[in-house]
Amino acid sequence: MEIEFAAAEGWLHNVWLLIAVPLVSAAILLLLGKRADKWGHWLGAGSVGVTFVLALTFFFQLRGMDEREGVELSLFEYLPVAGLKVDFGLLYDPLAAIFTLLITGVGFLIHVYAVGYMSHDPGRRRFFGFFNLFVAAMLLLVLGNNFVMLYIGWEGVGLASYLLISFYFDRPAAATAGKKAFLINRVGDAGFAIAIFLMFATLGTTQYDEVFNGVGQLTGATVTAMGLLLLLGACGKSGQFPLHTWLPDAMEGPTPVSALIHAATMVTAGVYLIARSHPVFDASETAQAVVVTIGAITLLIGCIIGCAKDDIKRVLAYSTVSQIGYMFLAVGLGGAAYALGLIHLLAHGFFKAGLFLGAGSVMHGMQDQTDIRRFGGLAKHMRITWITFLLGYLAIIGLPPLSGFFSKDPIIHSAFERHGWSGWVLGSVALIGAGLTAFYMTRLYVLTFHGKPRWTEGQHPHESPPVMTIPLILLAVGSVAAGGLMATSVPGWLEPVLGEHEEHHARLSEWTVTAMTMAVVILGAGLGFALFRRGTALQEQPAGPLVTAARRNLYFDTLNEVVFELPGKLLTRALVFLDNRGIDGVVNGLAATVGGGSGRLRRAQTGFVRSYALSILGGAVLVVAAMMAVTLS
Amino acid sequence: MKDFPFLSVLVAAPLVGAIVVALLPKSKAALAKQVALVWSLAVLGLTIVMWTAFKADGDRFQFRESYVWIKAWDARITFEADGIALVMLALIAFLVPLVILASWHDAERSSRSVPTYFALLLTLETTMLGVFAAADIFLFYVFFEVMLVPMYFLIGSYGAGQRQYAAVKFFLYSLVGGLFMLAAVVGLWVLGGHTFDWHELQKADFSTGAERWLFLGFFLAFAIKAPFFPFHTWLPDAGSAAPAGAAALLVGVLDKVGTFGILRYCLPLFPNASKYFAPLGLALALIGIVYGALLAIGQNDLKRLVAYTSIAHFGFIGIGIFAFTTQAGSGSVLYMVNHGLATGLLFLVVGMFVSRRGSAMVGDFGGAGKLVPVLAGVFFIAGMASLALPGTSPFVSEFLVLLGVFTVNKTVAVIATLGIILAAAYVLWMIQRTTQGELNPALTKLESMRKDLSLRETVVVAPLVVLILVLGVYPKPVLDVINPAVSATLEDIGKKDPAPTAVEREAAK
Repeated sequence: MEIEFAAAEGWLHNVWLLIAVPLVSAAILLLLGKRADKWGHWLGAGSVGVTFVLALTFFFQLRGMDEREGVELSLFEYLPVAGLKVDFGLLYDPLAAIFTLLITGVGFLIHVYAVGYMSHDPGRRRFFGFFNLFVAAMLLLVLGNNFVMLYIGWEGVGLASYLLISFYFDRPAAATAGKKAFLINRVGDAGFAIAIFLMFATLGTTQYDEVFNGVGQLTGATVTAMGLLLLLGACGKSGQFPLHTWLPDAMEGPTPVSALIHAATMVTAGVYLIARSHPVFDASETAQAVVVTIGAITLLIGCIIGCAKDDIKRVLAYSTVSQIGYMFLAVGLGGAAYALGLIHLLAHGFFKAGLFLGAGSVMHGMQDQTDIRRFGGLAKHMRITWITFLLGYLAIIGLPPLSGFFSKDPIIHSAFERHGWSGWVLGSVALIGAGLTAFYMTRLYVLTFHGKPRWTEGQHPHESPPVMTIPLILLAVGSVAAGGLMATSVPGWLEPVLGEHEEHHARLSEWTVTAMTMAVVILGAGLGFALFRRGTALQEQPAGPLVTAARRNLYFDTLNEVVFELPGKLLTRALVFLDNRGIDGVVNGLAATVGGGSGRLRRAQTGFVRSYALSILGGAVLVVAAMMAVTLS
Repeated sequence: MKDFPFLSVLVAAPLVGAIVVALLPKSKAALAKQVALVWSLAVLGLTIVMWTAFKADGDRFQFRESYVWIKAWDARITFEADGIALVMLALIAFLVPLVILASWHDAERSSRSVPTYFALLLTLETTMLGVFAAADIFLFYVFFEVMLVPMYFLIGSYGAGQRQYAAVKFFLYSLVGGLFMLAAVVGLWVLGGHTFDWHELQKADFSTGAERWLFLGFFLAFAIKAPFFPFHTWLPDAGSAAPAGAAALLVGVLDKVGTFGILRYCLPLFPNASKYFAPLGLALALIGIVYGALLAIGQNDLKRLVAYTSIAHFGFIGIGIFAFTTQAGSGSVLYMVNHGLATGLLFLVVGMFVSRRGSAMVGDFGGAGKLVPVLAGVFFIAGMASLALPGTSPFVSEFLVLLGVFTVNKTVAVIATLGIILAAAYVLWMIQRTTQGELNPALTKLESMRKDLSLRETVVVAPLVVLILVLGVYPKPVLDVINPAVSATLEDIGKKDPAPTAVEREAAK
């Protein structure tokens, strides 16, 4: 299938406004400084609102077109060097369209929420500046028409993520978490960058259409290498094994950041990258096998650790890790499952954003308490937060007819249908994951909203103001309805991008899978309810090896420390010593032999330079003579 | 307009300014500063006019002037500029006024004469402009050596810490390199037909052995100047002892003579030897990338840290030059400019921190972002530019270098790409230890640490920040000037960009 994009015409010619509006707003907020403190947050939220309206108009424009393959727009030449031609170019196609709607729609709600959430924070204007910067970078990421644009947006969202994780930069934990996120992401980015170099070296281009049309000319090894390098980038950004350890620490940032960047949008960029590059992955069985393996491993890791955490945001963070694992699993399966991964991504964008904002609302009413052992019985005190959180919780565990059911069930089903024994393994892992998700989410929900209060002294929980609860309500509506709506409409909408696929269900019928999933979900939720409806111990209790390991993040952080950090530190120290004593010592020693005594070199004054220069010039004559003798003979 | 002797006026002008400033009495410090600043701005104005007069798609060398100098040797005062030289001249003319403004109070801290300090800066500008504009090899050599003198006094007389040790070390290293170059210059004259003219020499043929010896003579001088591993140890000392403004010029511009020299002299004059020694050049540069970054991570002194990051950056420039592809070559030249902007900014901002704190030790800071948020913000931007974040200009050059190297040598490119992870490590750790985390109580006691960017400092950093961002988004105007010169250089050594492998294979079928 030859890919060809039309040139943007008419209203779609203005699609660059999507990036420009939030970018200009960010620049105003960051440059004006304190002068914008009074109204800056409204500008920040308003600019994203405007962008959302723009995104809607573009969406309807595209929907009205007969050929929906997508339209391209070149703004200016970016890197013109000999054979390399990279433009600052944009592509608006069905895939970009749904992402822009998600980013600006959910983004707008979270911006509005943040107006309330950050109202007591003296850094609110700076916060909105960074938040707008993120939206602009994320939109560039999904709107670029070549891999260099994607890379620029990719690192741009990384920058915004870093700035917002370490927003409270005077807290050492926040500063360290930001640095960790940036560094681990850079590992992935290095892989992504090499993939781009490989495209240029083999195909002479970084344009989407030209790369995808040229995949057929590549050798098998090249395509696999390209796929795996892109995957490395995707793993870094999306918090997938083995680069997942930064994501839970990223919860040091303000809660709206966790909702927008580290749940709904940025961390799903890896899924976008794989879906966008689907011709590359389709051409390499090995690359696809690695993607599904990573997805399966990560979804289990996330569930297991999520069961053992007591911090409301950390549980949700590991839940994100695990849900993105489902998305990776889906896009790794390829074919019809691409659309399933993207539907889950959109559905997850709603319910996880809602859950995070709900958690933020709880924290808002509980003096920033995050320990679920210190909650309990909050349903009575914050009714809107409770109901919306309940809907999000039911959506994520996949209760029909909420959105998680429509998005997760088909993924589990597709996993079972993968050819060979791998299908049985992947399907089972996805199924177990569903059960574990039900368990840890029930634990989280029950411990927070039901049972007897286990609050610390002086707590007076209260409902949040409407500026926060209205976004909660809207996201809850999305959590309920979005899954069903999208399951029917998204696959057709994405057909021009992903191609037509027929679903093959040879092994298991839909009903069998649904029945199995429901069984494990009810089992998990029931177990969670039974264990925690009476509350929990206020202190960490001694536990078996598995629970201890899960509490310690399955020792991945320890592994990083032992394998990378410690040897790195030792190597650096050794090199610093060597550079000062070794290389420099040799040179100083040589100089001392010529000039007589290193002590004198250290006390050297202008007079000495003259004599050095003289003796060296004397030597120069000798060297010149010697060279002449060698070259002329 | 075309006949105006741009380059000789450009080279001479700062020297005239230096003499005027030097003649001012010691007591007229304020006047000396103002004259120096205005003078350097006039030089910048002239450079802008020259930039607009330069035809990117015209001759490779433009603005040629040639005057008899030493008749017996056929040494002439010849100036001309290709695109590579032009961007370097522009960088110098852009940086010097900012450095003068940034150094406004630096000289007062020492007991030495204030006018002399600014006269030295202007003298340095003349020698730097001369070295990039020269097209006669003997003239180039003279500028190459004379350039040391003003820098030597800037470090030795106005520096901090072990300034005299550092100045002598800097001088000796450069002198040793210059000595080898002198030998090669003489050899070139003898073997190349008794001329110093670049164009004449480029036509000369050398025996394989002679060409290699001559190459090594030049290369050694340039490798010390750049500096490449293992000739780098003078740089951290010089960089940490020099006043911040002088350090910005030292690392931002003066060192680029090394990489510029390789491109202008080693490659076109000794094409076969360049190809023969390319693996050596690639290896030294690649070691520099990793080694410089690891050492930067381990530093406890901010100025030394920045100096080590530059060693890593020079490694990127080096691999770009020795890859012999257009993307890598253009990337390298652009890297020289961008590194001048980014590291120049970083040195100046570090200087602002050091002058407030009275110490360059990382451990003496901590949480400074609370006290001086704007300065910390600019520091952050300089750091991001230093780690080549997309959107800042160094990204463009680093990306081009790595991409260009990858097309001919995957191993080198992949190892060098790991350098971008290390870059993130040294920058972020530096930022975390100085501006983030809990506020160091010692800082709050200092009155000076509570003053954020002054108007003068804002005027210094703003043009750099703006240019870094603008060239990060729209590098085309500079690339258009650089590309033809790089292509011509590659033609000199008979190298063509490899065709895309898959496309080539398909075509072969």
